[in-house]
Amino acid sequence: MTTEAMTAGGAAARSVAIEAGPRGAKPQKLSASRVGIYAFLIVMALFFLLPLWVMIVTSLKTMPEIRLGQIFSWPQNLTFDPWLKAWDTACTGRDCNGLKPGFWNSVKITALSVPVSIIIAMINGYALSFWKYRGSELLFGILVFGAFVPYQVVIYPLIIGLSKVGLFATLPGIVIIHTIFGMPILTLLFRNFFSSLPIELFKAARVDGAGFWGIFFRIMLPMSVPITIVAIILQVTGIWNDFLFGLVFAGRPNMPMTIQLNNIVVTTTGIREYNVNMAATILTAAVPLVIYFISGKWFVRGIAAGAVKG
Amino acid sequence: MKRVVSVVALCASALLGSTAVRAADVEVIHWWTSGGEQAAVSVFAREFDALGGDNWVDTAIAGGENARSATLQRILGGDPPGAAQFNPGRQYEELIAGGMLLDLTDLATKENWAGFIRPASISEACLVDGRWWCVPVNIHSWNWGWASIPAFEKAGVDVPSNLDEFLAAAPKLKEAGVIPFAIGGESWQISGAFGVVLTAALGLEKREQLFKDRNLEVAGGPEVKKAIETFRSLKQWSDEGSAGRNWNDTTNLVVTDQAGMQIMGDWARGEFGVAGEKPGVDYACIPGPSTPPTVTTDGDIFLFPKQSDPEVERAQLKMASMMVNPQVQALFNNAKGSMPIRDDVDMSLADDCMKLGLSIIKDPANIAIAAGRWINNDTTGQLNDLWAQFWADDSMTVEDAQAKFVEIIKVAE
Amino acid sequence: MAHIAPAKDDLAVAVSGVAAPDRDRRRPFAKLQAVLGTTPMIATAVGVFVICILFSVWWSFTNSKLFPNNNFIGLAQYNRLWANDRWIISVNNIWFFGIMSMTFNMVFGYLLAVFMDQRIKQEDLFRSIFLYPFAMSSIVTGLVWQWMMDPNLGIQETVRNLGWEGFNFAPLARGETAIYGLVLAGIWNGVGVTMAIMLAGLRGVDAEIWKAAKVDGIPAWRTYLFIVLPMMKGAIVTAFILQATGIIRVFDLVIAMTQGGPGISTQMPAIYVIQHITDRVNVGQGMAAATMMLFPIAILIAVRALLEWRARAREKSV
Repeated sequence: MTTEAMTAGGAAARSVAIEAGPRGAKPQKLSASRVGIYAFLIVMALFFLLPLWVMIVTSLKTMPEIRLGQIFSWPQNLTFDPWLKAWDTACTGRDCNGLKPGFWNSVKITALSVPVSIIIAMINGYALSFWKYRGSELLFGILVFGAFVPYQVVIYPLIIGLSKVGLFATLPGIVIIHTIFGMPILTLLFRNFFSSLPIELFKAARVDGAGFWGIFFRIMLPMSVPITIVAIILQVTGIWNDFLFGLVFAGRPNMPMTIQLNNIVVTTTGIREYNVNMAATILTAAVPLVIYFISGKWFVRGIAAGAVKG
Repeated sequence: MKRVVSVVALCASALLGSTAVRAADVEVIHWWTSGGEQAAVSVFAREFDALGGDNWVDTAIAGGENARSATLQRILGGDPPGAAQFNPGRQYEELIAGGMLLDLTDLATKENWAGFIRPASISEACLVDGRWWCVPVNIHSWNWGWASIPAFEKAGVDVPSNLDEFLAAAPKLKEAGVIPFAIGGESWQISGAFGVVLTAALGLEKREQLFKDRNLEVAGGPEVKKAIETFRSLKQWSDEGSAGRNWNDTTNLVVTDQAGMQIMGDWARGEFGVAGEKPGVDYACIPGPSTPPTVTTDGDIFLFPKQSDPEVERAQLKMASMMVNPQVQALFNNAKGSMPIRDDVDMSLADDCMKLGLSIIKDPANIAIAAGRWINNDTTGQLNDLWAQFWADDSMTVEDAQAKFVEIIKVAE
Repeated sequence: MAHIAPAKDDLAVAVSGVAAPDRDRRRPFAKLQAVLGTTPMIATAVGVFVICILFSVWWSFTNSKLFPNNNFIGLAQYNRLWANDRWIISVNNIWFFGIMSMTFNMVFGYLLAVFMDQRIKQEDLFRSIFLYPFAMSSIVTGLVWQWMMDPNLGIQETVRNLGWEGFNFAPLARGETAIYGLVLAGIWNGVGVTMAIMLAGLRGVDAEIWKAAKVDGIPAWRTYLFIVLPMMKGAIVTAFILQATGIIRVFDLVIAMTQGGPGISTQMPAIYVIQHITDRVNVGQGMAAATMMLFPIAILIAVRALLEWRARAREKSV
């Protein structure tokens, strides 16, 4: 078989996998089993939405009404002030500017860390699938092991290490940290994706004389768009919501929005404003939520494209 | 023309001045992020900036453990903040020993801190081997009972002044449909409440023997046993919703007259204030709750990690001096709802509960030094676990609990 | 079809791919490129994880307090650890919590995926509903769950007010049941991701399989259970590892919902570790606990490496 035919065959196989839709029974008339399916999904959806309902109604109540303790009831006096306050005027220390000051820092950290960590993990996965070298599997085993370590345990050596090279409390520092801690799961993801590709694809490219980088950029990179979307979603969620690393490694000028969220939400002996807390939480989650909504289709098909099929 | 010249001269001198003493930024890490706390920290920031030249750079990190960890990690990473909030205790003793903190002794001697900081015991948190390493800024007392006056009226009993009276009144409260004893099930709340019960049972002298001298006879003695028994009997008067409940939601039960009394530090006053309640009318603050009343010397301190820039060091000393200034103390503590660290402070704005606390603190015989001065965070943590476990697990006997208590005190460092 | 790997490789490939044949043996220059290309991985695996873990293990034999030090004190930290009620309870809890959470997570993740696979309307909406908890800070969602399970505020009181006086649902109130409350909230938090991965796995299964099953007259549920499920080992393993790392490091959720209570009944190992290396100022003790946490995982990985080594040895001898 020629290279072209092989590649085309592989691509065809891919496109079948990507385009494959639901596999279940074709929709029939409203049968008992269809009713059952919808009933199950709707009950589950209600269970999932219950906490969100509590959060939303709480965020629209005044504090005296919250003190009444009717957590499920619709607000008697509807107020949107908590939302304005959460975004604009809630105190997070001396300053009372709400969540907004950290927003662009979070965007900055996420926008830098997501691509860097994904590109590195992509190369790792590619090398681990097609270019195994002595010890590469051991390295991968260590990475997976590392995914189980509580972050706080490894923070001290990292602080010392980064401050030795002058990157502690800097933007590059936090990007490096996110790259390190995103690496295990992302490498697993990409590794499984590349391993599921037909080996003939790789062999044919080798016969054509392509090297490590040539195959990566010309063949593998274009094929891994869907899985990359998956990785983006995992990373955006993780990095956007990160508090610990942002606090320690980002440095004061780059502190992410989660620090402000934490300052609004957490207090030991101070007054708690639950309505503002709820609004602030939903606002902070907005960016990952938007990513889920707009890329939901890609997310699922990306994984379908072979990431987890083995 | 003359005026123009003088303006120019002024500007020139201002410029000269600023070149002679370069303005420094002092970054301050603290965990005062909620409403009243924000007002208090703003006092410090505003007063510091008003001194001219230097700037207060605010780094608020909610949650004491988060803020303290961040400070320690920043020191380790070679990027220490200019000042950092801690609680008086022993968590920072390794920082002192490691030479990582700015020595404030010269300033303290010059301003005679030892002369006006009262009670003397609070300066012990900062005064180690004759040298000053931190600045106490306020005093919070754990030893308070907060009672709903309408709830006690409803039950037809008097508001108690100590725990024995409370336990006698509890059945009546329950009959009246009131939760007699409100408590949140977080371990710090339970352990704090036990500390109050223990202080009431032991008295201050034996308490000092227990925690300072690690006297095992006291630890295994009848007073401790009585405290544990009292604590167990308090539990039967609590409600089943207490597990994991926040302290403020618990206070809210007293505010709304659903519960009789809560044991909580003086910060609880803020919750009553926000709800528009009046001391003596809607709620009662019971010092101790014990006879005679006691106050603990918990509160907040500031450390000043060593800096490489001498200008920052100069500004740090200026900040330390500002924090103990009587006017600043008055403004700060009125905003924070805590007691000032010196007597010559105008607290006329304070409410009745605060005034009560201030009168009690005048007598050194009422001062219960915060146990954290004598035992380290590790031991405090073990005690938290023990009392939380004892509170939740009715199968754990009083004797078992006391044996474990003795064990922890024995190995305490 | 070409892109479906041989079944025997599925699990190994998904976890580490070791069983897959060495794809390139005799190209030293290209291999050098591969080593260079994975420098960040080498640096991370060796420079961060190996070194950090070795240091952590070493510090567990010292009396480190606020900052790590090198005063060797033997096994004292471990003796204290295993004499501590809270640690024992934490270890029991993590097994219970882990097995419960993982089972429900996998079962419901697969069930939801299968149901979502029935050409339902509004699939995007349903999927987003099941996924949204993943994006929310667990500090606040934990508080909401705490309220909902509060006997006086939450579901129990609401249902009783509707007239069902005997209704009981307040798991967090008692030590014996609190962990079920955590499991419930944990599933809520994590099942959407599992569902998404499973759904993706389902959709990646070769269309021919379905046709063949239909021709043979196998009912749909049997096809899902006995034919499709075994073909999805990769999806299962990926979801499993993702969930397992989350379960073992569970911290925020417990802190927000129960603070480890009532009493110490819902304490978890990660909380023990983190509290000791931070606020309790006992790095040595925290590191001892961390080492114990990683012990079972290390054994698991070692066993896998052993199996794989034997498999390779067998391959060579054939």
